[in-house]
Amino acid sequence: MVEHRPLTDFIAYTILTLGVFIVAFPVYLALVASTHDAATVVGGQMPATPGSRTLENYYRAIFVGGTRTSREPVANMLINSFVSAIGIAVGKIFISILSAYAVVYFRFPFRKTAFWIIFITLMLPVEVRIYPTYKVVADLRLLDTYAGLILPLIASATGTLLFRQFFMTVPDELLEASRIDGAGPFRFFWDTLLPLSVTTMAALFVIQFIYGWNQYLWPLLITTQDSMQTIVIGIKKMLVTTDELAEWQLAMATAVLAMLPPVAVVIFMQRLFVRGLVQTEK
Amino acid sequence: MEKSTVFNNRLLPYLLLLPQLVITVVFFYWPASQAIWQSFLREDAFGLVSEFVGLENYQALFAQPEYYRSMLTTVIFSTLVAALSLSIALLFATQADKNLKAAPAYKTLMIWPYAVAPAVAGVLWFFMFQPSLGMLARPLRGMGLDWNPLLNENHAMMLVVMASVWKQISYNFLFFLAGLQSIPKSVIEASAIDGARPVRRFWTIIFPLLSPTTFFLLVVNVVYVFFDTFGIIDAVTGGGPAGATTTMVYKVYADGRLGGDLGGSAAQSVVLMVIVIALTAIQFRYVERKVQY
Repeated sequence: MVEHRPLTDFIAYTILTLGVFIVAFPVYLALVASTHDAATVVGGQMPATPGSRTLENYYRAIFVGGTRTSREPVANMLINSFVSAIGIAVGKIFISILSAYAVVYFRFPFRKTAFWIIFITLMLPVEVRIYPTYKVVADLRLLDTYAGLILPLIASATGTLLFRQFFMTVPDELLEASRIDGAGPFRFFWDTLLPLSVTTMAALFVIQFIYGWNQYLWPLLITTQDSMQTIVIGIKKMLVTTDELAEWQLAMATAVLAMLPPVAVVIFMQRLFVRGLVQTEK
Repeated sequence: MEKSTVFNNRLLPYLLLLPQLVITVVFFYWPASQAIWQSFLREDAFGLVSEFVGLENYQALFAQPEYYRSMLTTVIFSTLVAALSLSIALLFATQADKNLKAAPAYKTLMIWPYAVAPAVAGVLWFFMFQPSLGMLARPLRGMGLDWNPLLNENHAMMLVVMASVWKQISYNFLFFLAGLQSIPKSVIEASAIDGARPVRRFWTIIFPLLSPTTFFLLVVNVVYVFFDTFGIIDAVTGGGPAGATTTMVYKVYADGRLGGDLGGSAAQSVVLMVIVIALTAIQFRYVERKVQY
């Protein structure tokens, strides 16, 4: 950088620290609330430091569930969230790497048409066509199933575009070389293309896992049984009551548990996350 | 751009495309066409008989004052969220772009809210500002302000905006930082040699060079406000009080579910589709080739 003066550095550090504080404060409060008993939180006099009910609250949230509104233990919701988030990520990678392979490495009638059929899905998020999609899923008897949670959310073009873009950068010589070695389309895909795509797949996985984990509207509509709820839905349902009766300490413990997996993914796989974000949004 | 060497199999490419095409047709094209078809139908109260009514649903929709209100709410909401989250993120990004030792650590500490679900973000902010037990609501009420987002329409809007901005800062920060770091240092050094002070350098050199990123983020943020804030609104206000935070997307949901007016809800979906397609077209027309990473 051009100049490096102590004062500008000091201002930068101050502004950034303030930023980190603003970003972290709501989560800190949730953490604190999850360590107090119900009366302290609801009384409106909650201290700004952690209390002594941490183990009790988390134990109750995870294994027992609330007493008033939602009786579903969070452990079960966590399982549902993991299954659907991983299902969405893996499902999308699977269908889109195959279709991108077809579009890039083969010439066949209606190739452009097929590409456009997939491409147009970019334009309409599931929120816009929510009730007709609900009806399709209901007609297929997929309400309250993992397939119903997963399949409608993987019907989009982002993955296909990402892999197509990547395959275009793979040198043609690689294909020529493996054809000289007598490799067919399966061998080339398995032995050459797939190993090269590992980073792209991992980046897409990270983004799609977060996307799947954080889904709200869709699981809200299609899960009617408490046993199929995801954790994000579960928090909201704990608070559907008058505010004085809501078990805020359990809801906040659940919120902390709901944030943990995707936030850990962002922090520990930051490189893949940034890469995935930049590439899928382009 | 096309590959020069390809495989010649006839059946295989179709088999490879099959999974995605089946899922896309069943869960995308079929429902989307149903939405368009339903917007021309009217169902009776039991959902047993439906008759073709032409544009009646659209006429009814555009005769509704509530619909114009939801449009206005969406415009106000998007403008506030986009303007605030972009400017705050730009401020943080310019600071993190300075050659600080701790810059990578700050970057990590700034980007993780991206991973927080919108609905969870809504719950966290509601918890802070809930009128009777919220930690930050108490000082506000202590100052004599009758703070109550459950009853006051402006307070509800402010709370939803704050939660949405909080959630979006990390995304904008990340892209602004990438944009700033891709500006050649030589350009900035040249202007420094010419005697331009940091503030002047920012507005005459850096900000104009950053404009592709800014424009890209503007479109992305508007799309974010349209769709991803659904969870925030539902968790914080449920569209209320008195419809003050009911955006267009929220109205599609509320009318179809609570009101049971599927024809009207479908007509709203179609209007939204047109808006989103226009936004996407703008994004591809003007952004695609100009943004550099």
